[in-house]
Amino acid sequence: MIKRFLLALALLLPSVAFAAGYSGPLDRADHDLSDKASLQRGAQLYMNYCLACHSMQYQRYSRTFDDLDIPQELGEELLQFTNEPGGHKTSAIDGDAAAEWFGLTPPDLTMVARVRGADFIYTYLRSFYADDSRPFGVNNDVFENVGMPHVLEELQGTPRRVEEQRMVDGEMKDVYVGIRADGNGTMSPEEFDQAMLDLTNFLVYTGEPMILERQRMGYFVIGFLIVFLILTILLKKEYWRDIK
Amino acid sequence: MSRIMNWIDERIPFSNSLKLHVTQYPAPKNFNFWYIMGSLALVVLVNQIVTGIWLTMNYNPSADGAFASIEYIMRDVDYGWLLRYMHSTGASAFFVVVYLHMFRGLMYGSYQRPRELLWIFGMLIFLVLMAEAFMGYLLPWGQMSFWGAQVIISLFGAIPFVGEELTTWIRGDFVISGATLNRFFALHVIALPLVLVILVFLHLIALHEVGSNNPDGIDIKKPKGSVPDDEKAPFEFHERYTAKKDIVDAIPFHPYYTVKDLVGLAGFLILFAWVIFFAPTMGGFFLEPPNFQAADPMKTPEHIAPVWYFTPFYAILRAIPDKLFGVIAMFLAIVFLFLMPWWDRCKVRSVRYRSTLHKVNLTVFVISFIALGYLGVKPATDVYTIMARIFTFLYFAFFIVMWFYSKNERTKPLPERVTK
Repeated sequence: MIKRFLLALALLLPSVAFAAGYSGPLDRADHDLSDKASLQRGAQLYMNYCLACHSMQYQRYSRTFDDLDIPQELGEELLQFTNEPGGHKTSAIDGDAAAEWFGLTPPDLTMVARVRGADFIYTYLRSFYADDSRPFGVNNDVFENVGMPHVLEELQGTPRRVEEQRMVDGEMKDVYVGIRADGNGTMSPEEFDQAMLDLTNFLVYTGEPMILERQRMGYFVIGFLIVFLILTILLKKEYWRDIK
Repeated sequence: MSRIMNWIDERIPFSNSLKLHVTQYPAPKNFNFWYIMGSLALVVLVNQIVTGIWLTMNYNPSADGAFASIEYIMRDVDYGWLLRYMHSTGASAFFVVVYLHMFRGLMYGSYQRPRELLWIFGMLIFLVLMAEAFMGYLLPWGQMSFWGAQVIISLFGAIPFVGEELTTWIRGDFVISGATLNRFFALHVIALPLVLVILVFLHLIALHEVGSNNPDGIDIKKPKGSVPDDEKAPFEFHERYTAKKDIVDAIPFHPYYTVKDLVGLAGFLILFAWVIFFAPTMGGFFLEPPNFQAADPMKTPEHIAPVWYFTPFYAILRAIPDKLFGVIAMFLAIVFLFLMPWWDRCKVRSVRYRSTLHKVNLTVFVISFIALGYLGVKPATDVYTIMARIFTFLYFAFFIVMWFYSKNERTKPLPERVTK
């Protein structure tokens, strides 16, 4: 009960809009940090598709394996492609070369979820669309002219902006209705959405790997303080009884 | 035990100081909610110093290592995240309690004669606190640390003739760099905390010399011999206080206000812990999202906003079209507060017994301050700029209008003794 109440309070906070550039609507990333399977799938996607270019230099492999219930040996064998055991997740790419290829060095993503928010990442990952005018043949709805190629195309298939004839103000017009994949990917649209949610979940985790521990400790601390408050009120009443 | 105490007391005035300032210090018995902020500020100061010491043990004050060392504290140091959130939340909590403490002073006329120096020491604390917070905010070396400092330091460049050299002198470089970070670190962890602690000491000495004000704003120390014995406060107070005055409606600070402040502390800690454990960034107000990105001198963030406690003054700065006059206005906003004991020429202290005009004036001032704080977070659009100008005008009008009406103000009769 109190758990729910405290979390609800946290969600009520007005948040300052900082997401760079894009200010349109975002899809809500309904992620769950206690879902270890989702985090493991997210980690797998990250190691296979993202880490080659995007380092995660503040997060250690061993910490990730521990927190995600992945046995160290298994993790090192299947998920660790850079650095020594226990080391930070460095990327394989050469920064200067990358800057030449993509226009800028791919940013470190350890805390991208804290900078942009989970909703932005979730929406961004699902907003690539084919655009022949761009160097890599893709553009992004929430990050215009992004320098990044659509590395997940083999999973999603070729995404295209779909327009449909709709009645607007009494006229038939072409209206943009969203992005749909061609169906040439290995995942169905639902599977792809779930995979991107897993990846988002993983990025929220790496941004602040102690979130769950922090909240768990918070219930105890606040529980203790409420007892302490009651005791201090009683103590004060006792002392002040004679003060008129 | 008493032999040890005697031994100590023959060498330093230990027992006597304890009686003088704690167990036999006469405090008015009618303190309300607003009077817990002072002790809370002291608690937050201790929190900042203690967590600060532990953060310093693992922090690396260099442009190359600062950002990574913060994440090292967050991830690899045992309970480092807790120390860091206690420190970052403590910074905001400090301003919350200090602003409420200052508002209390304005409400009950605690700056009026004979408490002018007490008020001035308090304002100096506020000033040093702002410098302390500003320099501390550079240390994580995130995007907002870097660019926030860039904006604030460049303000000094508006000063004619010496401006440019002055900014170079402050930065220790032509741009914000590791040199700036190093000196800000030194000032943040040694120089300013030292000054702060000394000022807090002076603030308390000044308070105990003149005695605490109270929500009624009337004196609890009456002329000697004017009060019959059965009317005097039935407690033993230190002879420093009773030698020349008769004391009424007072209780010893300890145990009465120590136990009462403990209630305030428990309530405060619940809110404080809630932020630390469930909303450490406070929706981007206590820790700003761009600051989770390492400082990049080549990439300016789209929207640079100072942390919330500076935004009222930032809004005043932006409201003035000219940079130099903007800086002057921002500076004057603080100077005017310093001069509070001289703007207010009324002899009645508490808002309870002052004119409706004064109540309205104070309310408008508080609304203006909060509105300016809100506008300081927002981008300066046309509408917002006009609003910022109106509220800047009202902010300054508070002091000037008061100077005129307070001399012959139509006040209510004061009670003889403090009310409940």
